[in-house]
Amino acid sequence: MSRLSIPAKAALAALALLAVAAGAHAAGADLGQTQKQATNWTAIGMFGVFVAFTLWITKWAAARTKSAADFYTAGGGITGFQNGLAIAGDYMSAASFLGISAAVMASGFDGLIYSIGFLVGWPVVTFLLAERLRNLGKFTFADVASFRFAQTPVRVFAASGTLVVVAFYLIAQMVGAGQLIKLLFGLEYWIAVVIVGALMMVYVLFGGMTATTWVQIIKACMLLGGATFMALMVLWKFGFSPEAMFAEAVKIKTDLAVKGGKDAATAAKEGFSIMGPGGFVKDPISAISFGMALMFGTAGLPHILMRFFTVPNAKEARKSVGWATTWIAYFYILTFIIGFGAIAFVLTNPEFLDAKGALKGGGNMAAIHLANAVGGNVFLGFISAVAFATILAVVAGLTLSGASAVSHDLYATVIKAGKADSKSELGVSRVTTVALGIVAVALGIAFEKQNIAFMVSLAFAIAASANFPVLLMSVLWKGCTTRGAVIGGFLGLISSVVLTVVSPAVWEATLGNPKGSALFPYTSPALFSMTLGFVGIWLFSLLDSSARGSQDRSGFLAQQVRSETGIGASGASGH
Amino acid sequence: MDTDLASRIASHPDYIALKARRSRFGWTLAVLMLIVYYGFILLVAFDKPFLAQRLGEGVMTVGMPVGLAVIVFTVLITVIYIRRANREFDALSERIARSVLK
Repeated sequence: MSRLSIPAKAALAALALLAVAAGAHAAGADLGQTQKQATNWTAIGMFGVFVAFTLWITKWAAARTKSAADFYTAGGGITGFQNGLAIAGDYMSAASFLGISAAVMASGFDGLIYSIGFLVGWPVVTFLLAERLRNLGKFTFADVASFRFAQTPVRVFAASGTLVVVAFYLIAQMVGAGQLIKLLFGLEYWIAVVIVGALMMVYVLFGGMTATTWVQIIKACMLLGGATFMALMVLWKFGFSPEAMFAEAVKIKTDLAVKGGKDAATAAKEGFSIMGPGGFVKDPISAISFGMALMFGTAGLPHILMRFFTVPNAKEARKSVGWATTWIAYFYILTFIIGFGAIAFVLTNPEFLDAKGALKGGGNMAAIHLANAVGGNVFLGFISAVAFATILAVVAGLTLSGASAVSHDLYATVIKAGKADSKSELGVSRVTTVALGIVAVALGIAFEKQNIAFMVSLAFAIAASANFPVLLMSVLWKGCTTRGAVIGGFLGLISSVVLTVVSPAVWEATLGNPKGSALFPYTSPALFSMTLGFVGIWLFSLLDSSARGSQDRSGFLAQQVRSETGIGASGASGH
Repeated sequence: MDTDLASRIASHPDYIALKARRSRFGWTLAVLMLIVYYGFILLVAFDKPFLAQRLGEGVMTVGMPVGLAVIVFTVLITVIYIRRANREFDALSERIARSVLK
């Protein structure tokens, strides 16, 4: 990764980061190419402690999970501060931690551009959606999107949007988990995937949202604590002077370029390139499109949206996003320091390099090696355990969200027409949880050797192009009708998937078609598919002259009153 | 919620004020965030040398504080919204609820 400062390669690395966002991938190649490491007993021991503690919490949570409301939303009894930490926990994946710090180590400033993209969606969620979501919804974002519409078509759309996003996110997480654990713990790939699948099922099945939330909170605290320690150690070694840290990093990158055979002037230029933007943004259209996917995808991720129903009212929902934004921003600043620390303490340390001078275990190991460099073997074990815990927590949240789409949206609302009792609904969500767990393990094993670099960006692009437009338009635009929402939503969903398949990342890199044969030249489809989603909703709502359409429009007033004031909101009283 | 209650709330002066203020404030801040973020992305796309120029004698570049400022701005603008909403919007909502749900 040390030679990636050339613009073209940096662009490749940035692309590869899409993968890293969920799993663990080095430039274009998956971690399948990395070797199994020696069994790390310290890490396994620490992870064992984490698992024992979270299982104990699950037992406690299980005693409180009696109704469907407990299962989906922890009975609405989570505070804003707790929920903020849990949202941050959902969002700070092992990949953001390992991937972004690795990207910063490889290309410096470009890693920062990437983090910023992931962060800027949060204010938009705060200003336009958080309170209204809490006031309108009960268990899933489909409750909100279908509030005044014909239930069956909108629920079917929302469940499809949820399951597709969850599936891609889940595959990326499972493959990432397997690769990462093979690396960190020295376990076999399939064992790692089965462990993740089994533990996740236990959390969700028995503890529902209460256990999932607390697993997220504990993991968020461990991750923030560990990353803070690493960043402080790095800064401390430079006398808390960022200038000294940057200067050392530039010097090391320059020396490496000289060693690579560059003349002094080129080497100096290459070394200094980590201080400014490189090849992350190749063409403006890709940059804007990718930015849109990150920014608006956040507002359409079903497992994140679901978290807004775990708090008692709109005020706590608002506070949750405030805390989540703060923690996530702080975390990204830490990963930036960690990345530069890795340049200073990992890149030149022969202990962490293989015979060819590349990082042992692959490019994504930057933060892991740095943990060893600043905190020794025990801290390395701790950080490895945190990385595993992180994947586990994110996977549990995703599964819970997928299970509620099936049991609440499809079973209780569509099949039983809203007449399912809490007990049978709960039963269906548990069966779905087991099914999703088995599917996730099977897919995780099936995709072991695949290049899944596109999956997380695809999940964000679909969320931005399908879920987000339907949610926003149904909540804010009076003219939106059932027909418009469903047609527009499916247009966004299908176009984002199709455009991703024919983009270079999938068509050429994954499917192995010749270079230059991809029909869609840009990194991310969001600019086009999200526009198509919005225009579709607008146009087909406008053209809708059906009786259902006028009923939808006349239902807007009552919906708006509830979304603005919370009067009549579910769970608004009694908590 | 029955339509009668909904239309009673909808014509309540506090509700009209709440809706207008929250919507104006929310959209203004959202547009500000979009301008700052896409301003940053366009700067990265079209004027890389600007961000890569040195600030002083050392290696520090313009891009570093600018990037940090975007992150800090994101948090600040969120906090600003939440503070005003906690103070003003919640009070209005409560007043509406009290006057219509007697």
